[in-house]
Amino acid sequence: MIEVRNVSKSYRRDSLRVPVLNNITISVPDGEFLALMGPSGSGKTTLLNLIAGIDRPDDGSIEVNGTNVAALSESALAQWRANNVGFIFQFYNLLPVLTAFENVELPLLLTNLPKKKRREHVEAALTLVGLADRMGHYPKQLSGGQEQRVAIARALVTDPTVLVADEPTGDLDRVSAGEVMTLLDRLNKEFKKTIVMVTHDPRAAEKAHKVMHLDKGELT
Amino acid sequence: MFVLKLVIKNALRHKLRTLLTITGIAVAVMSFGFLRTVVTAWSYGVEASAANRMITRNAVSFIFPLPYSYRDQIARIPGISQITWANWFGGAYKDPADFKNFFPRMAIDPETYFLVYPELIVPPDQMKVFAQERNACIVGKKIADQHGFKIGDVITVEGDIYPGRWDFVVRAIYTGRDKSTDETQMFFHWKYLDERIRELQPGRDGQIGWYVFLATDASKMPAIAQTVDEQYVNSRAGTKTESEREFQQGFVSMSSAIIRSLEIVSFIIIGIILLVLANTIVMASRERTTEYAVLKTIGFSPGHIIGLIGGESLLIAALGGALGLVLTFPLAGAFAQMFPTFFPVFNVETVTIILAATVAAVAGVVAALFPTIRALRTSIAEGLRAIG
Repeated sequence: MIEVRNVSKSYRRDSLRVPVLNNITISVPDGEFLALMGPSGSGKTTLLNLIAGIDRPDDGSIEVNGTNVAALSESALAQWRANNVGFIFQFYNLLPVLTAFENVELPLLLTNLPKKKRREHVEAALTLVGLADRMGHYPKQLSGGQEQRVAIARALVTDPTVLVADEPTGDLDRVSAGEVMTLLDRLNKEFKKTIVMVTHDPRAAEKAHKVMHLDKGELT
Repeated sequence: MFVLKLVIKNALRHKLRTLLTITGIAVAVMSFGFLRTVVTAWSYGVEASAANRMITRNAVSFIFPLPYSYRDQIARIPGISQITWANWFGGAYKDPADFKNFFPRMAIDPETYFLVYPELIVPPDQMKVFAQERNACIVGKKIADQHGFKIGDVITVEGDIYPGRWDFVVRAIYTGRDKSTDETQMFFHWKYLDERIRELQPGRDGQIGWYVFLATDASKMPAIAQTVDEQYVNSRAGTKTESEREFQQGFVSMSSAIIRSLEIVSFIIIGIILLVLANTIVMASRERTTEYAVLKTIGFSPGHIIGLIGGESLLIAALGGALGLVLTFPLAGAFAQMFPTFFPVFNVETVTIILAATVAAVAGVVAALFPTIRALRTSIAEGLRAIG
């Protein structure tokens, strides 16, 4: 369960404070697939970052599965992210010098899993996204859709409860975008992952159970 | 293990850039090592000085002679155990414009000189022949090797300070006892010089260049120096007596501006190493801003980021430093071969190797400082927005 209560956030631009989120309150039940939509600069990604624990609110609280994320120290927050959240980015953000296998293995390197177990987990994740035959490929040897599926495998390899996706289809053609959304839909329905997704794409949003619109830092 | 693997992969990401950086560092470290070797070689004489050896020269200047008659007077001073003397001869061997033909030529007293300089090793049988033949000479192994001098060869020198054609027969070849012993000198009989000068330029005979003697107690050297110099304070040739170390330092200080310049240049090279490496690391880490943000997002700690940036910087610095050090030896060897008598002892010292390696390592750490701090201070949200 994700509970966002009265959250406000602003950024400093030189000497000016620019408000980004204003007193946002939302609740995302376990197993929910939530899509956040809105124009550029509306605060969607900022809200996503706050939920994922990669940014901190100025006011308000964010609880994810009972943990007050905003109250955690930096190192505790990093640990919490590693255990609880999987990240999917618009531009995949794979490390170009690592193979698909090595990229997916990254989050597991922070665990105490032995090498053999890590291999099993990685192979399972890559099989799930349909890329078992691409393990030794480098990102530049993959298509955009395949890269995003590797990124999804990396996001779910630690079996997090929450997946956050920032414009996961934003850089993909329609076919690839469709494949990625089908995969996310499957992760939500089959594996009961709570997904919070930012998107501009109405077709992507159609897969979500719930769509929230943000404009100028407020829910509309 | 993961950090090391990623460090290596990152370093190889832009192979040409990394190769150029390593080459740049190698050239700089090689130059640094070479210049430090030159600076060290310049003062080898100071290092090679004996603790109890003293030198008395003309108080006005080293180039003015002293009377031979001072010898017995100085030898009688308490605390002096053995005295000898030498005279700079100069002259030109073959083409004087070719620096390779320069080597120190000195007139000495064969009976006492090698007692005062025990580090010059002369085979006893050769020494015996040398002592008996008036125009015989002893040459150092280094110049013997360089010019192909063998026992029995005649070395013809055209005199300048002492005019005329001078033929010397090689009767001995000396070697150095220590690594720092100069093996580039030529010695011949002072009596031969004195006799010929008496014939050629009467009035210039009976003079020597400087006295060298051993003190029985090194702690009494200042008192001995004072006694010697006071003895000749009102003479036509006043003296200046000092320890051999001070005497050599006096020589070195004549070139202090050059040495200082070399030292300054060597430190500028450290700056160049730093800039070359820092440029690469700053560029590389800026390109990877998003990747660091992704790693932090996944849960990697600041320690991992420090390891990645610092590790890459140290790896490149280590490779460049190692290559530079390896290249320093052939460079120094080639220089020593080209100018064997300019620096009689020209070795890449251990301290130079340690210094150059330290410089490369410190450059590796310092070059990584700014990009590491920047990477750590950049928030994940900012990092994810960054365009590399």
